[in-house]
Amino acid sequence: MNDKSELIISKIKKETILSLLRKNERIDNRGLEDYRKIQITTGLIGKANGSAIVKLGDTTVITGIKIQIDRPFPDTPDRGIQIVNAELIPLASPIFEPGPPGEDDVELSRVVDRGLRSAEIIKLDELVLIPGEKVWAVFVDIYALDYGGNMIDAAALASVSAILTTKYNKAIVENGEVKITDEQIPLPIGSIPVFVTIAKIGDKLIVDPSYEEELVMDARITFVIDENDNITGIQKGNPGTFTYGELIEAKNIAIRVSKKLREHLPPVHSE
Amino acid sequence: MTIYVRSKQVVIPGEPLARGRYEYQGPIYTVRQRLYSKVIGIVEVEDKKKITLIPLKGKYMPREGDVVIGKIVDIGLTGWTVDINSPYKAVLPVSEVLSRPTDAVKLDLSKILDIGDLIVAKILAFDYTRDPLLTIKESKLGKITKGTLVEITPVKIPRVIGKKGSMINLLKSMLNVELVIGKNGRILVVGDDPLMEAWAVMAIKKIEREAHIPGLTNRIKKFLSKVKRGK
Amino acid sequence: MNLKKPVKLLDENGLRTDGRRPDELRPLKIQVGLLKNADGSAYIELGKNKIIVAVYGPREAHPRHVVIPDRAIVRCRYHMAPFSVDERKSPGFSRREIELSKVIREALEPAIFIEEFPRTAIDIFIEVLEADGGTRTASITAASVALADAGIPLKDLVTATAIGKIEGKLVIDLNGLEDQYGEGDMPIAMMPSLGQITLLQADGRFSGEEFEEGLKMAINAIKKIYRVQKEALKRRYIEISKEVLESE
Repeated sequence: MNDKSELIISKIKKETILSLLRKNERIDNRGLEDYRKIQITTGLIGKANGSAIVKLGDTTVITGIKIQIDRPFPDTPDRGIQIVNAELIPLASPIFEPGPPGEDDVELSRVVDRGLRSAEIIKLDELVLIPGEKVWAVFVDIYALDYGGNMIDAAALASVSAILTTKYNKAIVENGEVKITDEQIPLPIGSIPVFVTIAKIGDKLIVDPSYEEELVMDARITFVIDENDNITGIQKGNPGTFTYGELIEAKNIAIRVSKKLREHLPPVHSE
Repeated sequence: MTIYVRSKQVVIPGEPLARGRYEYQGPIYTVRQRLYSKVIGIVEVEDKKKITLIPLKGKYMPREGDVVIGKIVDIGLTGWTVDINSPYKAVLPVSEVLSRPTDAVKLDLSKILDIGDLIVAKILAFDYTRDPLLTIKESKLGKITKGTLVEITPVKIPRVIGKKGSMINLLKSMLNVELVIGKNGRILVVGDDPLMEAWAVMAIKKIEREAHIPGLTNRIKKFLSKVKRGK
Repeated sequence: MNLKKPVKLLDENGLRTDGRRPDELRPLKIQVGLLKNADGSAYIELGKNKIIVAVYGPREAHPRHVVIPDRAIVRCRYHMAPFSVDERKSPGFSRREIELSKVIREALEPAIFIEEFPRTAIDIFIEVLEADGGTRTASITAASVALADAGIPLKDLVTATAIGKIEGKLVIDLNGLEDQYGEGDMPIAMMPSLGQITLLQADGRFSGEEFEEGLKMAINAIKKIYRVQKEALKRRYIEISKEVLESE
């Protein structure tokens, strides 16, 4: 960490957060199951096939999508490629260090990747041009711009929004040759996941922790929920614990909240 | 009020020991009047009232007043850095070595204590915020010049001493050796006969390995008689 | 994840590719204290998985800027040997290994009384020698035993297993084949005496009911694994006792 003092919350602030929570209230006046204000802007980056900037309270993150023809992985010759990379760059916060991706960056990339992959938001089996030789590769690149807590949900919202609004040139195969046409088409979309992160502070479960809430939380857990209320991913984080009962409650909250969160997503194949 | 364990039982971290208001000693923690072990250890139950847990392994944590055996690992401008077999390196300032006031900068400290030298020292101060401070300015403290050093897990040191020093006295009288015991798991054996020193080391290792089994003093006595007869 | 399956993962009798029932664990062996240099160590065999764990510490923390004034820092390195998998793995750290090092550390740290060792480091080194599904959970199970073997004060051991979904059915302790071709994987770690869950991840697809049912199955299996951990830790001392008493 560049500056550890950013990671130490003042004792009075901590006590305020805790005493409010005991009355089921939060410092920014939200309910325990409320998200901060969400703002999604898609299609900002002309050179990208798809893009979205998400503002979630004080957190800002951008996802850009680039699509290109590539060789498939040897063990999946008949599937396209999905690559997710997330970077917590020092531009976004004094707590982020320059240099190669650390544990937090890698965890973020992999959690978003698994959530998207398990839901099959991108139907990779429809992105094959010549099996075993040429497939479409979809690169999902996430950059944190301003860190104000709950980066996972913000990054996932940005990535899902960008994927849903992505357009690329249709390719056709003629005599074993791939030809790119001028026709712009959307990605083949499967089910659409929504990420809901819940923090545990004391014995309270709260949705969408802010930066200050993250500094006092014991543990967090992210549930990825599809449109049929199935769970397509889970990631517990931080060195804290949950009881069985708390996990069941967290799961129910996540399913409930996912429906509201879903309303913010752009319509499929819009733009 | 229930006790879940017997005396001399080996317990592991998280193992419930008892429920209710019991006196306890050792690495035990409580949650809502339940007593749990924090470490692998041996339980002693006294009069169904008090539970003592003796750990079987663990690092040495410095305490003020402890006598330890240290190794000089670095020389600075005003003193030495000393490895005391603990997570914390100790500091030995010149002022705790020489009794006369001196200008440390002008001295060649390596002439007094050099890297690799062993010392018997006492912990003068330690509060976790700074590294432990040592002194060798008392009698029986200072540089070690002869003998054999043996290292055991520090939590077994009380067993090498024995009840009221019974084990030490046994080793001293049977082998004609002197023992300097560092609370940090290091023991110095000094004898006229190198063979006796070697036997003392064997006996100490045996104490370390078998400390959790009752009848230790008798076993060590038998063991020593046997090796001496074999001479 | 909907890859083409080479085999049926459940046969007509409801048995799995290695002959197990859905709620049956693979054969499990844990050995304690086999490394001389480490402060604590453990070796685990779970089915074909073979993993060795060493714990060093609490010891002086280096570099100095990682030091935390009021507690120990816990560091964890999970690594797979190049020969541990079918195709040689590059010996460098993959992104998977970086993430697993983090989640394993976060699964173990809640059990450690870190505030008893200010300004020190506790290092956990995990080397997967052979991998066949479930290495992260087997690593956690072994690492908590190694921490106990090091004499580090713990609230409880940490015990882990995974729930999976194959052919639409929940099963415990996925093997490599089931992990690769199943429909879901949900690793879970827990402090068994205290009922506190310290790791939970999932991929694939589970309904809300399957999630609850899976958690219960995992907690049952964890109790069985916990007995093996406990026995492994006590065995050494009991063996020395026996040896001594027999020689008398």
